[in-house]
Amino acid sequence: MENREKIIEVKNLHVHYVTDDATSKAVNGIDFSVYQGESLGLVGETGAGKTTTALSIMQLIPDPPGIIVDGEIIFEDKNIIYNTDKENQAMRGNGIAMIFQDPMTALNPIMTIGDQLSEIVTTHNKLSKSEARKRVVELLKMVGVKEDRYNDYPHQFSGGQKQRVVIAMSLLCSPKLLIADEPTTALDVTIQAQVLDIIRELREKLNMSMILITHDLGVVAETCERVAIMYAGQIVEQGTVKDVYLYPKHPYTRGLFDSIPKLDSDSEELIPIDGTISNASDLPTGCYFHPRCKYCRDICKQKQPEQRGEDHKFMCHFDLFSGEGK
Amino acid sequence: MDQLNNNVLIETKRLKKYFPTPNGFLHAVDDVNITINKGETLGIVGESGCGKSTLGRVILRLHDATSGDVFYDGLNINEFSENEMRLMRQNMQIIFQDPYASLNPRMTVAEIIEEPLRLHKIYKTKAETRARVEELMELVGLPMRSYNAYPHEFDGGRRQRVVIARALAINPQFIVCDEPVSALDVSVQAQIINLLMNLQKQMDLTYMFISHDLSVVKHISNNIGVMYLGQLIEKSTKQEIFNRPLHPYTIALLSAIPSINVMEKSKKIILKGEITSPINPKPGCRFAARCPFATDECISRSPVFREVLPGHFVACHRCEEILSKTLQYDI
Repeated sequence: MENREKIIEVKNLHVHYVTDDATSKAVNGIDFSVYQGESLGLVGETGAGKTTTALSIMQLIPDPPGIIVDGEIIFEDKNIIYNTDKENQAMRGNGIAMIFQDPMTALNPIMTIGDQLSEIVTTHNKLSKSEARKRVVELLKMVGVKEDRYNDYPHQFSGGQKQRVVIAMSLLCSPKLLIADEPTTALDVTIQAQVLDIIRELREKLNMSMILITHDLGVVAETCERVAIMYAGQIVEQGTVKDVYLYPKHPYTRGLFDSIPKLDSDSEELIPIDGTISNASDLPTGCYFHPRCKYCRDICKQKQPEQRGEDHKFMCHFDLFSGEGK
Repeated sequence: MDQLNNNVLIETKRLKKYFPTPNGFLHAVDDVNITINKGETLGIVGESGCGKSTLGRVILRLHDATSGDVFYDGLNINEFSENEMRLMRQNMQIIFQDPYASLNPRMTVAEIIEEPLRLHKIYKTKAETRARVEELMELVGLPMRSYNAYPHEFDGGRRQRVVIARALAINPQFIVCDEPVSALDVSVQAQIINLLMNLQKQMDLTYMFISHDLSVVKHISNNIGVMYLGQLIEKSTKQEIFNRPLHPYTIALLSAIPSINVMEKSKKIILKGEITSPINPKPGCRFAARCPFATDECISRSPVFREVLPGHFVACHRCEEILSKTLQYDI
């Protein structure tokens, strides 16, 4: 793993949303890297900071109210936080591309998909109209959309087809890193299987790296090699999918697994995590998870845990898996 | 299943609901026969647009059926007058998917929960009503301090608790749960699923649980019905459906669920194409266009929904071959 090239490295990233009333701490010091050809799953519940992380990498944090207050995002040996607008423009699409959750809002309803996709090609590359069309048709074919739909409008496509168009759109400029923010959440299971299959196939073919944002642990298990579990703006656990799924070390990760119904075992009772995620503008002292943690002790309320572990990292005062702290 | 069984609470017979559109009739529910026993849960699964929500609403007569009958405890509610129906509604309630949309933002928690009590004139005094509201809040795990709170002060999980308390206020026997946990995060989802299951045990409730999430449906249901384009295509106990699915669509649907099992990676069945239009569907099996096993017969003649194994109903011309494993997906 280490000898593979790092595509992106995020170091100690902090992102706040500042309004007159409150400062919402959306991302609180996260570190992770994605290697060439690798797929990282970013998992967490609503408000965990997954999308803010993605938008920071894309340099799309709405400012105001969003501010990257600390940290570095290194892409191609450069800290992109200090990019100019022009540099960002060049990076987006060619370097890093993003697929959004809702394919309808990602497409312009009054332009044919052919027009909006070829516009992207001509904006980023010096290509003629007919060359651009060729490129668009080639990619649409790759995701399974026929050429005769080139002049159709978004509303003429079904949800699954639209998401295919959006995937084709994100790949037009051959990005090195693809960020997919809940790409299949709006889709039905059988269509989700089709779209995940396409993403997997394309990633192999193009040797592209990917950050997959989702709340679905199953989707991560099917598509990613490594996973990072986010809670209240921190990565509380990260490692290979196998390590994290088989030997979860953070109580939150364990709680997530206990609270989903399993398909391959007959119903034992679900063990939910008590309470709900803390308000990002009023985070608790100590470990952010302590108000919901059933293993919470005094130290958890006072001191924030350090990140522990080498390849399989986690943020907890105790090592639950080895029996400490129970 | 048709034998006299006084355990049956809900039964539909050849239930149909067609919606008129400029292009023809949309067959949202087409010839659906289901039965739900008292105290049990029937899970209904299927993709968006397959008619599962419409089925729930037609059973509650929130939509009037185009044809067919709905029996509640042996009574045909499609023949009820509006007044009779209003009384009947005390027995049947619905929980909607989106707790952000199904609560009036201008009403407090207490006002929301007591509204059905007021509408059905259950109690005479304010004190009695208040006592009942407090009892319900405790039942669903809402703290008393939120008595005068507004829905916007709550997250999705607590809102869904308010919705559940409102549904339980008038002591219904039957509740249609239309994707009640789909909008919630997994950790909160488990809280609500456990709550629904505990309430069922305590109050002997009967549920129809509509969801697209098969693992949730499996967890909560006794029996499962699979819908495709307005039709029920397979129905049995949950063990049968999960261990021995016989309809090609059910098999593909189960295979497509992303699994968290990282040790055994099963190959997925990837269906071609998408759900077709429910407007003026052609005769023949509605799944035929996506089915790898479709023959000329499947395209020309609708399969009959029949009992292939005891208690296991399937609508497929070739399910015997699937049962004997002479016909299998090629993966």
